[in-house]
Amino acid sequence: MMDSNTPEPAAQPEQDGRRSFIKQAGGLLGLALAPPLISQAERLTAMSKKVEGVTEMRLKVNGTVRTMQAEPRVTLLDALRERLDLTGTKKGCDHGQCGACTVLVDGKRVNSCLTLAVMVQNKEITTVEGLAKGEELHPLQQAFIDHDGFQCGYCTPGQLMSGVACLKEGHAKTDDSVREWMSGNLCRCGAYPNIVAAIRQVEQSGFKG
Amino acid sequence: MNNFSYTQASSAKEATASRAGTAQSAYIAGGTTLLDLMKANLEEHAQLVDINLLPFKGIEQTADGLRIGAMERMSDVGEHPLVVQNYPAVSESLLLAASPQLRNMASIGGNMLQRTRCGYFRDAAFPCNKRVPGSGCPAIAGDNHNLAILGVSDACIATAYPGDLAVALAAFDAVLTLENAKGKQRRVPVTEFYVLPGRTPQRETVLEPGELIVAVTIPNTAHARRSTYLKVRERTSYAYALASAAVGLDVQGGTIRSARVALGGVGTKPWRSPEAEKVLTGAPATEATFRAAAAAALRGAQPHDDNRYKVELAQNTLVQALLAVSS
Repeated sequence: MMDSNTPEPAAQPEQDGRRSFIKQAGGLLGLALAPPLISQAERLTAMSKKVEGVTEMRLKVNGTVRTMQAEPRVTLLDALRERLDLTGTKKGCDHGQCGACTVLVDGKRVNSCLTLAVMVQNKEITTVEGLAKGEELHPLQQAFIDHDGFQCGYCTPGQLMSGVACLKEGHAKTDDSVREWMSGNLCRCGAYPNIVAAIRQVEQSGFKG
Repeated sequence: MNNFSYTQASSAKEATASRAGTAQSAYIAGGTTLLDLMKANLEEHAQLVDINLLPFKGIEQTADGLRIGAMERMSDVGEHPLVVQNYPAVSESLLLAASPQLRNMASIGGNMLQRTRCGYFRDAAFPCNKRVPGSGCPAIAGDNHNLAILGVSDACIATAYPGDLAVALAAFDAVLTLENAKGKQRRVPVTEFYVLPGRTPQRETVLEPGELIVAVTIPNTAHARRSTYLKVRERTSYAYALASAAVGLDVQGGTIRSARVALGGVGTKPWRSPEAEKVLTGAPATEATFRAAAAAALRGAQPHDDNRYKVELAQNTLVQALLAVSS
C-alpha cells in the first residue's frame, strides 16, 4: 500500500528547514519552497529563483513531506514513481492523453505527466496511495470492487483519482455527466459501464468527498 | 525532453527580463502544450520561466466587457457564472475542450498558443515548413483528413490553432492585451492575433518574442448572450474538432439584427466569417437563411483529397448551431 521507504515525518521543522536549505542551495530556490504566508521582506531576500541541474526538492505527498534530488525537467509523475517509489500512479501515454497519471494537486485533478515536480513543491499532492484510511478503503475504491470497475487495472488509479474529483466537483449527478467529466480517463479494456456505475453508486450514497 | 533551467518570476518585468537573458527561453503556465511539445522534441528550450505568480488574474466586468486574466484556468473560466450567463459560446468552447484534468491546468493565455495537431508537424521524421522553414509540406499530398480547407497556402494547410476557445473569442470580437519587455501594453483583436500561413507558416501569431498575454476582454453584446459553440469530433468527447461553429444571434420579431459566426477545425486560423454574417444580418431567422450563410462561409474552401468532407460538415455544423440559438 504505502511505499517501502520510511517516509520522513511530517514537516515540523518547516521554518528551519527552509532557511538552511535556501542557504545550502545558494539562494536559488526561494519562492518555490516558501510557505504561503512568508512576509514580503523575506520574499525579497529569497529572490533569484533559478533552479538549474540536480537540486533538492520537497514534495508534500499524501500529507507527508518527502525530499528528493532531481532536475527541473523531472515531471511529477516520474518524481512519484522513480524517486519516491509511489508506483500507484501509472504512466500511460506520458502526453496528457490517457489520464492514467491523474493525481490531485491542492484538491484538483491534474495530469502528473505534464506537471513539473519543481512547480508543485509547496502544494498538497494526493495520489491513489492516499485514498484509503489505513485498511479502510475509500468508498470509490470499494465501489470499483462492487461493480467490477476494471479488468487489467492499469488505468484504475487514474480513474479513481479522477472519479474522486468528479464527485467532489458535483459532476457525477447523472450517467451522462459522469461519462463527459470522466472522458479524460481512457480504459482500453472497456470497463466504462462499470466505472460509471461505481461512481454513480458513491454519488447516490450521499458521499461528498 | 532536453534539460533546462527553471526560473520563477513574480512580476511581468522579472519574467521578460529572465527570458531576455537566455536564448531559447519559453514561458510556462499550465505547461500542457509546452511540455507535450518538448517531450516530442518539437520544441527545445534552455530555460523555462514560470509566469504563474504574475498578477494576470481575475474575471471581472469592465466598461469594455468581461476581462479575463491570462493566468485564469480553463476550468474556472468555463464554469464562471458571468461567462455562462453572458457568453454561453465561450463557456461551451472551454468545457468541450480537452479533459477536466487539462482544463484544471491550462491557462487562458496558453490556450491561445496551442500548436497544430498536423501529424507531419508532430513527427520530427517528416519535413514540415512550420517546423523547419523551406523543408516542404507532405500534408498537402498526404494524410490531410484533419487539416484546413480555408486560408491554406502552398506551404501549409495545418489548422495552426487546433483548439476551441479562440474560435469563440474571434466570433465575439474579443481583444487580447499584450505586454512587452519594456512594460508597454498593446491591444490586439483575436481575429488579428493569428496570421495566415502564406509563405511563412512558422509565424502563427503577431506575438513578439518575450511578449506576454495579459488578459482577454470580450464585449458584452446581445449576440454574445444568445450564442452557442457546436463541436463535431471523431468521438463523443475529449478530441479536437473536425469542424466547429461559434455563433451568436440577436433576433427580434423573427429578424436577425446582428450575427456573429466563426468556424473551428477548418481554417488555418480561427475562422471568423464576415461573409456568413452579411447573409444573416437583416434576414429572417430561418433554416433557408442559415443554409445560405453556411454556403457563403465555405465558398472559398480549398479542400484536399482527405478533407473534402469538411466542406459539407462545416456547413451542416454551422446550420445546426444557428438553428440551436434561433429556436
